[in-house]
This record gives sequence, C-alpha cells and structure tokens, in this order.
Amino acid sequence: MDFDFAPVFHGWRALAHGALVTVEVSVGAIALGCLVGLVIGLGRLDPRRRVVYALCSAYLTVVRGTPLLVQLFIWFFGLPVIGIQLPAFFCGIVGIGMYSGAYVSEIVRGAIQSIDRGQMEAARSLGMPYRMAMRSIVIPQAVIRMIPPLGNEFIAVIKNSSLVSLVTIADVMHEGQKIISVSYRSLEVYLAIAVVYFALTNLTGFALRFAERRLAVGGLVQ
Amino acid sequence: MSEVGAAAPRRPIISARGLRKSFGALEVLKGIDFDVLPSQVSVVIGPSGSGKSTLLRCCNGLETADAGSLEICGRTLVDHGRRLPEPELNALRTRVGMVFQSFNLFPHLTVLGNVTIGPRKLRDLSAADAETAARRLLDKVGLASKADAYPSTLSGGQKQRVAIARALAMEPQVMLFDEPTSALDPELVGEVLLVMKNLAREGMTMMVVTHEMGFAREVGDVVSVMDHGVVLESGPPAQIFDAPLHARTREFLQAVVTRAGPKPQATQPATAPLAIDDH
Repeated sequence: MDFDFAPVFHGWRALAHGALVTVEVSVGAIALGCLVGLVIGLGRLDPRRRVVYALCSAYLTVVRGTPLLVQLFIWFFGLPVIGIQLPAFFCGIVGIGMYSGAYVSEIVRGAIQSIDRGQMEAARSLGMPYRMAMRSIVIPQAVIRMIPPLGNEFIAVIKNSSLVSLVTIADVMHEGQKIISVSYRSLEVYLAIAVVYFALTNLTGFALRFAERRLAVGGLVQ
Repeated sequence: MSEVGAAAPRRPIISARGLRKSFGALEVLKGIDFDVLPSQVSVVIGPSGSGKSTLLRCCNGLETADAGSLEICGRTLVDHGRRLPEPELNALRTRVGMVFQSFNLFPHLTVLGNVTIGPRKLRDLSAADAETAARRLLDKVGLASKADAYPSTLSGGQKQRVAIARALAMEPQVMLFDEPTSALDPELVGEVLLVMKNLAREGMTMMVVTHEMGFAREVGDVVSVMDHGVVLESGPPAQIFDAPLHARTREFLQAVVTRAGPKPQATQPATAPLAIDDH
C-alpha cells in the first residue's frame, strides 16, 4: 500500500480556491435559506390565514419532498429549455438556499411555537400590536432555541454544497476531481477534500456554540 | 368621566351586560352582568371552571365574548360578538393593566427592561423617563435592588411584584388580576397581597380573580361569586361571607374554609409588616 499525497500538495492552489468557492456558495445558501425559512416559517404560524398558510405549506412539501440534486439540475439544465439561462453560481446558491429554506422554516416555526403562549398574551395585554409583540418579545426568545437545529442545518448545507460541482461550479469537490482525473490518486484527494469539509463544518458548529453561550449571558437562556 | 350631579352614580370602568362566551360546545359565560366602579376593588371568587378567569380575560380582549356587550374605560370593547378593531383595542389595552397567574415576565429582559418596555414602545417615553418611572415603581413593590436582575433569578413572589410594576408602568385606569397568587408557594403569597392592598389603598380600580378569601374579605369592596358561568350573587364582603343568600355560595365557602383553615389565616401575611424588602 503506498500513499502519494504529492498531487494534493501540487494542486493546493486549486483546492484552496475551490474551498473558497465552497465557502461562498455555503454562505450565500445559508443566508438565503434563513431569509426564505423566516418567511415560510412565519407564514405557517397561523392556519386560519388560509391562503398564506396554503402557499407556504405547498412550498415546504414540494421543496422538501424532492431531491436537492434534481432541483439543482432543474435550475441549471432544466430552465434553459424554456429560455431561462442562469449563471451556474447563481443556480448553486439559489438552488441550495431555497432547499435549505424549507428546513429552516420548520425550525423557525417550531421555535416560535415553543415559546409559552403567556409571553404573547403579556405583550398584547400591555397594548403591543401583534407584530411588535412578535418582534420584541417572542422572536428574541425563539432565536436562542433555533440555534442548535440551525447548526445542524448549516452543516448540512455546507456538505450538500458539494453537489454544485455537478453544475459546473468550481468548488473544492470540483477542483479535487480535476486533480484525480490527471493523477488517479482518488483516495488521497478525496481524503483531502473530506478534511476541508470537516474543518468548515466544525468551524460552523463551534461558532454557533459560541453564539449560544453569548446569548445565554445576555439572559436569553433560562 | 361625565360630570353629572353629585348624586348620580359614577360611571363604571367595567360594565358587562349579558356577556356570553363558549369554547366549542362548552358555554363558559352564560349571560354575565357585571360592573366595576372607579376606585373599587371588585373581587371575583368561585370554584375552578366557573368562568371567572374567562370573564377577566374578556375585559382586555384576550378572549372575545360571543354575545352581550362589554364597556371598558368608556369604550365599547365588545357588542354582540363584534370586537373593537385591532388598533383601538391595542390603545384600550394600554389603559388596562393585567397580572397573570403565571407572571409571564419577559425572560430575555432584565427586571428594569420588563417594566420599561411598555412605556418606551407604547407611550413614547424616552429611555431616561421610562427608567425613572420604572425605578420608582420597583421601589414601590420593594424590588428597587433587583432592577438589573433577570427574571429567572427571582422568587415567585418577586416575579409577581415585577409583573405588577410592569402593568402599573402603563399608568392604567384599571388593573386586572388573574389569580395572582395561585402559582406561589404559600410563604410568598403575603408579599404580593400586600402590594395589591397598598394599590387598593391608593384608589386603584381593581378586578381580582382569586382564591384568597382573606384578601377578598379585607380588601374587596364588592365580592362576586361565580359558578357554572353565572354570577350567583354579588355584594359587600360581610354579606357574602357571613350571610350568603345562595346555597351554592355556602357550599363553596364551606369547602374553601375546610381546605384552607379558618378565615384569618390567609390574611395574616397581608396585614404583617408594611415595608416589604427583598429576601
């Protein structure tokens, strides 16, 4: 058994650049996912607002119920058929971001609904309008409960971002495969790629734990 | 308040007529007539499930009555199941203080933050003015030293006193208390009742749903007994406790007294030292 990491070391610039692209796609997708998730999650708080609830539920079931790879291929290979040609990078971020948004919406909804009803009642009884009560009383408390499940979701996004290599985006996965195609050192290169993802996901986990602790000091956690 | 002759009765702050409310098939309020006059302490007692909390919650729009009418502070809150529009209801709520059984303090804000958030956001008070007023109120409920603490570090009695200060910070015309001492350990009941008693003494209009018979007898101007969604009888405490008209009232009082011991028991902490301080 002989390992040869030389191709990895030779190709480190390409891999580093790919890692940067992975970070860009992930950050973009996470940001979009949070935004979409907040909107869809808030839209599913009250089933009595029928139209909004139905639209948001439809989004959730469709997006969560189909594979991310299929969605990415629709964005990049499917839409051009009807004349919509979007840049690969855009497809990658929007595809993953909207997919992640479905999951984030359930995190948002669950956290908000886990806040005791009395909090909303107390805020309303002071005379606060619904939106103000939501913004200044309920959501700040819900955010802290969102952090652990959001951590899972962000990590999933980072790992799922490897799929964008299949829609021509030069992320770390893509760059690695280019190195393999000329060196045939697949095990070494994939291990190197795994290390990059491992570092990114754990950095994210660490950052979120830090944020959770900071918020706890601020009195948000009981 | 309209200036009618001195002999004319004062206009009630809370006035319910034929108020009805159902939750699904269960009718909780079956046509309630109920008045609270200015500066009056109106105590509502009765067995669990009698509808007294629902009546109280109707008075600031947390529940909407299905039928009948309800007038609060001169505004028609509900008339034949039609509630005041949302913006006006919010404005009305700023004049109606509410204290909950389970305190419902905002855990992400300090004690001071809890007391100032209403005035800052809804009465357009500057942060400095709101803080000055809040500190005065906290002093009044004996918690001046806890201003920077978070609610999770307080005892139940302290939490409820903060909740009272939070409601008072809006300078309400009437205070609603929904079983304010029911979630407290027995030894903490007195400090909350004392604050309420002082409030009554200052002339605050209060509607109090409670199981504290000692408080009802001592502080109440009017005691109403509710059972199965109706007001059985209503009158001065002496009449209700010593000469109840209704057999059901007698049964209820009997049951409460047997459970809680003789009447002065509950009053004792409330009449104890006037100065309350943190533990």
